[in-house]
Amino acid sequence: MALVIENLTRRFGATEVLRGIDLAVADRELVALLGPSGSGKTTLLKIIAGLDWPNAGSLTVADEDWLARRPQTRETGFVFQHYALFPHMRVRDNIAFGLTVQPRPRRPDAAAITARVNELLQFLQIETLADRYPAELSGGQRQRVALGRALATSPRILLLDEPFGALDAQVRRDLRRWLRHVHEASGTTTIFVTHDQEEAFELADRVVVMGAGRIEQIGRPDEIYDHPASPFVARFLGHTVELPVTLQAGRVQARGLDATALPRRALPDGPARLFLRASDITPVPAEDGRYRITDLASTGALLRVRLTESAGVEMDAEVPRRTATALAVGQAVHLRVQAGCVFVDPRSATAPPARPTVPADAPLSELKESLP
Amino acid sequence: MTASTPTASVIRPKRVLPGFGLTMGLTLTYVGIIILLPIIALVLKGAEVGPLRFLEIASAPRTLAALKLTISAAAMASVLCAVYGLLMAWVLVRYDFPGKRLLDALIDIPFALPTAVAGLTLSALFAGNGWYGAVLEPQGIKVVYTIWGVTIAMAFTSIPFVVRTVQPVLEDLDPQYEQAAATLGAFPFTAFRRIVFPAIFPAFVVGISLSFARSLGEFGAVVFIAGNLPMETEIASLLAVIRLEEYDYNGAAVIALTLLILALVLLAASNLLQARAMRYKGKRQ
Repeated sequence: MALVIENLTRRFGATEVLRGIDLAVADRELVALLGPSGSGKTTLLKIIAGLDWPNAGSLTVADEDWLARRPQTRETGFVFQHYALFPHMRVRDNIAFGLTVQPRPRRPDAAAITARVNELLQFLQIETLADRYPAELSGGQRQRVALGRALATSPRILLLDEPFGALDAQVRRDLRRWLRHVHEASGTTTIFVTHDQEEAFELADRVVVMGAGRIEQIGRPDEIYDHPASPFVARFLGHTVELPVTLQAGRVQARGLDATALPRRALPDGPARLFLRASDITPVPAEDGRYRITDLASTGALLRVRLTESAGVEMDAEVPRRTATALAVGQAVHLRVQAGCVFVDPRSATAPPARPTVPADAPLSELKESLP
Repeated sequence: MTASTPTASVIRPKRVLPGFGLTMGLTLTYVGIIILLPIIALVLKGAEVGPLRFLEIASAPRTLAALKLTISAAAMASVLCAVYGLLMAWVLVRYDFPGKRLLDALIDIPFALPTAVAGLTLSALFAGNGWYGAVLEPQGIKVVYTIWGVTIAMAFTSIPFVVRTVQPVLEDLDPQYEQAAATLGAFPFTAFRRIVFPAIFPAFVVGISLSFARSLGEFGAVVFIAGNLPMETEIASLLAVIRLEEYDYNGAAVIALTLLILALVLLAASNLLQARAMRYKGKRQ
């Protein structure tokens, strides 16, 4: 393992920003730290770079204690969210900076620095920008220069803080593909922070979902998408519909709901909560349906169906518009569920926590879905 | 260009913020009455004597000695202000300590205090029986009635310029630049030299040139500590006053004009230096 983090804790006064982070990143891996703002992901990134220090825990790279090193000697490349390019230096000098400040015995000579800078300019496809100042560049160009500056010293770990956060959608998509290519070509172990799940899933080998200073789940993108490990992850990944259900012999049951498509779960009988994506709910017209359609709105490809239960519960379902011609406002329906995830209701949970190492005051993490 | 259609009328773009005419008019009137006219009067008075006589007055031994003293003392005072002003701005921006607000307020005292009071206080302190003089004079260091006294008085009145120009720029400097420099391997001194200093350099130059210009013209604080011996510790602005008292208006105007030209040349040079340092702000394409 290139980088191993154990039980890392960081407090700002009374606020716990990181509450015991355990993470191992392999050589040449591309890992995304995904989470809402305030989940502690940027703090974790800064601690790895040496720009912030933990209150407890350990951080090693190739079995060497990295907390003993200063940021200058950690050999990390850090790309800031707003790039932090040195405004008074041309692109060329920005990229060369890391090489020119090396201690004299290790510093390459001027010709070698120029060669390395030219090589990077070419690699990053920004040769034409070499003699411009950062103020004369667009956001996407600055991002490339910032990456070039970070890569110039051949860092052992590349850290990117919201690398595409400040860019518009088209540039984002282009740069995402480009960054994947850069990673594959340079082979640098890379960790990047994002709050955009699409970005994390498309780019990363593994995704680390963080919430409120904890790691909620680590896994391959598809694994996380299909099997969120906690209600937090489910909600964060777009399971916006939450329904109270009953579990019986591993099957989800609720009035007006057809959940036979869901696999059986090895969960105890009793009350539970079902988390659904709007696109995984199909309203089926039925005389005795418990739900009533109160609104229909078309987004072009999709029809957004607003549903109200007799008890007052409201939810949205999304169905492909062309197949949903039978739906009308006022209609009674029941719901067919294609996919979803179930967690034992935290308020009634009597089962022991799935992960005994988690302290008792961590309700979200206790609820681990048993995968079929 | 002629309008292509007979009905075309000229569309005058409206300004978002109204009042340009009024505010600009008032500003120009004020600048004209308070700054421009007196300067024109001064130039005319100085020019009255003709170029030859002008040179003759300006290069008279007593005038030259006064100018030389004024310029050297102002230069030394500016160096002092540059070093200590930068240090003070750094301490005030970068660290938190008890009494920080008090220290911050103290910086402005030279601006608030009547300069004559400052001059009297300094001469009392540095005189042979004053607190500093009692220590320095037995060591053979004489401050009062020497160029050192002039320098100290000038440095006292101009220190706020450097602090107050550098401080806001340093405050606004994003810490991410230094963090980026650190992750790239730059230790604090290198980061200061390569990243922080270039960022504050334009403001620093402004502060130094302002403090130099102020030192050139400082009168109240200096005359008490200088002793004003002709050819030795007589500053240029005092010599101008002496010429006035002798009803030699042209002589006074020539000395004043020389000081003015010096200050203008300096400010122009400082603007040029600034413009060079700010090149990178560039035009967005």
